[in-house]
Amino acid sequence: MTVRQPLPHDSGPLHVTGSARYIDDIPTPRDCLHIAFGQSPKARGTITSLDLSAVKSATGVVTVLTADDLPFSNDVSPSIHDEPLLAVGQVHYVGQPIFMVVADSHLNARKAARLAKIEIAEEKPILSVEDAMAAGSFFEGGPRTWSKGDAKAAIENAPRRLTGQFDMGGQEHFYLEGQAALALPQDNGDMVVHSSTQHPTEIQHKVADALGVPMHAVRVECRRMGGGFGGKESQGNALAVATAVAARLSGRACKMRYDRDDDMVITGKRHDFRIGYEVGFDDKGRIKGIAFTQITRGGWAQDLTGPVADRAMLHSDNAYLLPHATITSYRLKTNMQSATAFRGFGGPQGVLGIERVMDHIAHDLDMDPVDVRRLNYYAPAKGAEAKAIGTGKPFGAEFSPETHRPEPNTTPYGMEVKDFLLHSMTERLLETSDYKNRKAQIAAWNANSPILKRGIAFSPVKFGISFTLTHLNQAGALVHVYQDGSIMLNHGGTEMGQGLFQKIAQVAAARFGVSTETVKITATDTAKVPNTSATAASSGSDLNGMAVLAACDAIRTRMAEFLGQGASVTFADGMVTWGGHSITFAEAAMRCYQARVGLSATGFYKTPDLSWDREAGKGRPFFYFAHGASVTEVVIDTLTGENRILRADVLHDVGASLNPALDKGQVEGGYVQGAGWLTTEELVWDDHGRLRTHAPSTYKIPACSDRPPVFNVDLVDGENPEATIYRSKAVGEPPFMLGISAFLALSDAVAACGDRYPDLDAPATPERILMAVKRVQA
Amino acid sequence: MSNKMHIKLNVNGEGHEFLAEPRELLIYTLRERLNITGPHIGCETSHCGACTVTINGKSVKACTMFVAQADGADITTIEGLGGPDNMHVLQEAFREHHGLQCGYCTPGMITRASKLLEENPNPTEEEVRFGMAGNICRCTGYQNIVKSILAAASELNAAKEAAE
Repeated sequence: MTVRQPLPHDSGPLHVTGSARYIDDIPTPRDCLHIAFGQSPKARGTITSLDLSAVKSATGVVTVLTADDLPFSNDVSPSIHDEPLLAVGQVHYVGQPIFMVVADSHLNARKAARLAKIEIAEEKPILSVEDAMAAGSFFEGGPRTWSKGDAKAAIENAPRRLTGQFDMGGQEHFYLEGQAALALPQDNGDMVVHSSTQHPTEIQHKVADALGVPMHAVRVECRRMGGGFGGKESQGNALAVATAVAARLSGRACKMRYDRDDDMVITGKRHDFRIGYEVGFDDKGRIKGIAFTQITRGGWAQDLTGPVADRAMLHSDNAYLLPHATITSYRLKTNMQSATAFRGFGGPQGVLGIERVMDHIAHDLDMDPVDVRRLNYYAPAKGAEAKAIGTGKPFGAEFSPETHRPEPNTTPYGMEVKDFLLHSMTERLLETSDYKNRKAQIAAWNANSPILKRGIAFSPVKFGISFTLTHLNQAGALVHVYQDGSIMLNHGGTEMGQGLFQKIAQVAAARFGVSTETVKITATDTAKVPNTSATAASSGSDLNGMAVLAACDAIRTRMAEFLGQGASVTFADGMVTWGGHSITFAEAAMRCYQARVGLSATGFYKTPDLSWDREAGKGRPFFYFAHGASVTEVVIDTLTGENRILRADVLHDVGASLNPALDKGQVEGGYVQGAGWLTTEELVWDDHGRLRTHAPSTYKIPACSDRPPVFNVDLVDGENPEATIYRSKAVGEPPFMLGISAFLALSDAVAACGDRYPDLDAPATPERILMAVKRVQA
Repeated sequence: MSNKMHIKLNVNGEGHEFLAEPRELLIYTLRERLNITGPHIGCETSHCGACTVTINGKSVKACTMFVAQADGADITTIEGLGGPDNMHVLQEAFREHHGLQCGYCTPGMITRASKLLEENPNPTEEEVRFGMAGNICRCTGYQNIVKSILAAASELNAAKEAAE
């Protein structure tokens, strides 16, 4: 069977030979035009004068459009219609598009866009957390609070208490392929848009609104993206709408791709957070009650800030049973890029909050942080965990999951945790990574090393799988079997490198019992499957896999009914078999065709059993949880703050993997991206709201040389207890949080310099590490 | 008035002659003039390596070289290394060992790796990591990229030994 095989990525042969097409590689029709935005030089103010004469007369310029020239909707927001494509009167951040240049080449458009004379009556921008809190600049009217039990009383009555606060930065996606779109005008005002997008349906919707046509007049296609990571969930809207409007007005094909600097200055990034905590716990380290304050800067428009901040709240427990908890979330409106979706979608920020608390408690009690974590874990499902994984060893009595939790095993939002795997995963990872011995060796090494200090840390992740906006948990598919037995596969998911198309093709091939070569993978296309959700929330395989399964099985059932005439029919190894008969799948398809059996079907899936009351903060927002754990060892130079990751060990839960090689790739990439977020990747805005880290020269994403020299990655051999596609689990986002152990290891290394808690902010750049070392040494 | 230069390039064994503004960037020449779209545009500041090609035996980022500087040069792009039906050992290794996800960095990555293995046919894991540090990948965490290059190196060496 083709599922559960480590087959290579379907586009591999094209990628390695440079023949895979991205938007910028698609041959354009004659006279294709190119677009660039003219951007606001100020973070906040009123446009008092806009002189575009030099832009209009520049070489190659065909036309220049402002908000007044847009024929219909001027909006590219994915949520509350607060994001004009082109500024109207006011500007809200440095880089905001004010006008668009349509020219004969990409470079001519960009050059001309610099020639505008823009005068802005400046107002003081709201940039910092303090500014926004003081100004009451909130989205959704103010903070949101969710509670379980009575956190205040539990904290007050606890034997020990700690308070703390720390900052974590945002993150630039740095998809290697920048945002891009190509619009091709059709008969009768229709439009075809090729877009590098995770959300073709939203592109279709926004383009239709901008052209004043129904959605049926717009077709959006995406064969692949050169990386997405959430950055192409909503941020592609502007380019798609701009090219479509210009194509409508000019009657010519129009293309737009952001130059890297423009991309970094214009588009949103991961939300940065400030997290404050007050925790009450006992002398063993068990949490009695906790109160979190999560403050995030959402930028100038709401975009996806609401659900991102919700997910941060929903992950403020991570792997830990919090008997009493209150989480208060402030979503700040600031004069910066509108922060947006990024792998984990707020989850990593919430997880880092509680992981920081665990470390702080361990430091306070002088305990191994792993022990504090295990004491506070959720209870596993009785018996289920040992059956699912099994370490071959009984749990130590001290951490026995059977004895240690009398309270209901529920999250702060009231969802019962039924499939918690981290007890045995922790046991296994500590063993395979030789954690205890290495920790002792590191302590001994540090005692004799005055300048270099090593650190080691463990971190777990439990990540909720499903869109928290429940209606998004649906997917569609379209499958054709042709009379020669070849199969056309289409579904609503998009390919951004994660291997979704390959996994789904393996599902389709498995249903028909054929090889994956028999299955043609086709570009995501709003004309083939309508009303799709973004390929986001790690949901791609879960949702689209099931929709494809439904479509395949509909065809298979028809074929079996005709061929078997009541006898049971099997589809395996390229053959269709019933009674005493066995014919090739191609022969079966031909017979069915000639007998007028329909060989095309749609499939549909909706995730069952979800119920979520966002206002109350109660319910079951997630179908299930995915788990992971990591141990990282680092070394720091206490004179310079420089640091290296020396070794990383990872164990991750993907249920019964659809393709273990692709899943391991997600885990490895997620770890490194997560570690990058918390170490080298620093976003810096100046006092005028200008992003100073707007290119890879100043914004450091991990390079090959930063990869841990020892990097052991293993998958848990288990099955999802929920009925997902072949009992697999989602893998896109959860491993991102494995990188948190790198941050905690750096903190551990700093802690080796003295008695004080390091209080490290993220990203732990050399500067921050050095400052923390000085604090601890003081 | 002509401020264009007469340029000659040999790209993947094929000669090209044309008039171009001297400040035309080589990556635009390759992609837009010659329709060689394997080398990709990632950052246009020579940091990401997606546009890496081989020029007169050296790895070069084509986004920050003027076409005038390349006049007369021998250029090899990913297309010159091998196509889907006649893959170079490195190309096959990247495919087989999952040395790619979104694929956008892959042509530059493999082009650089081909030079690395010419410069150092027996690299250690560490030499691969540092030898590839100028090419950024955002997807893979580099694990499988390093694995692919080491696998290709041992296969190339085995083939060389067999030939000797």
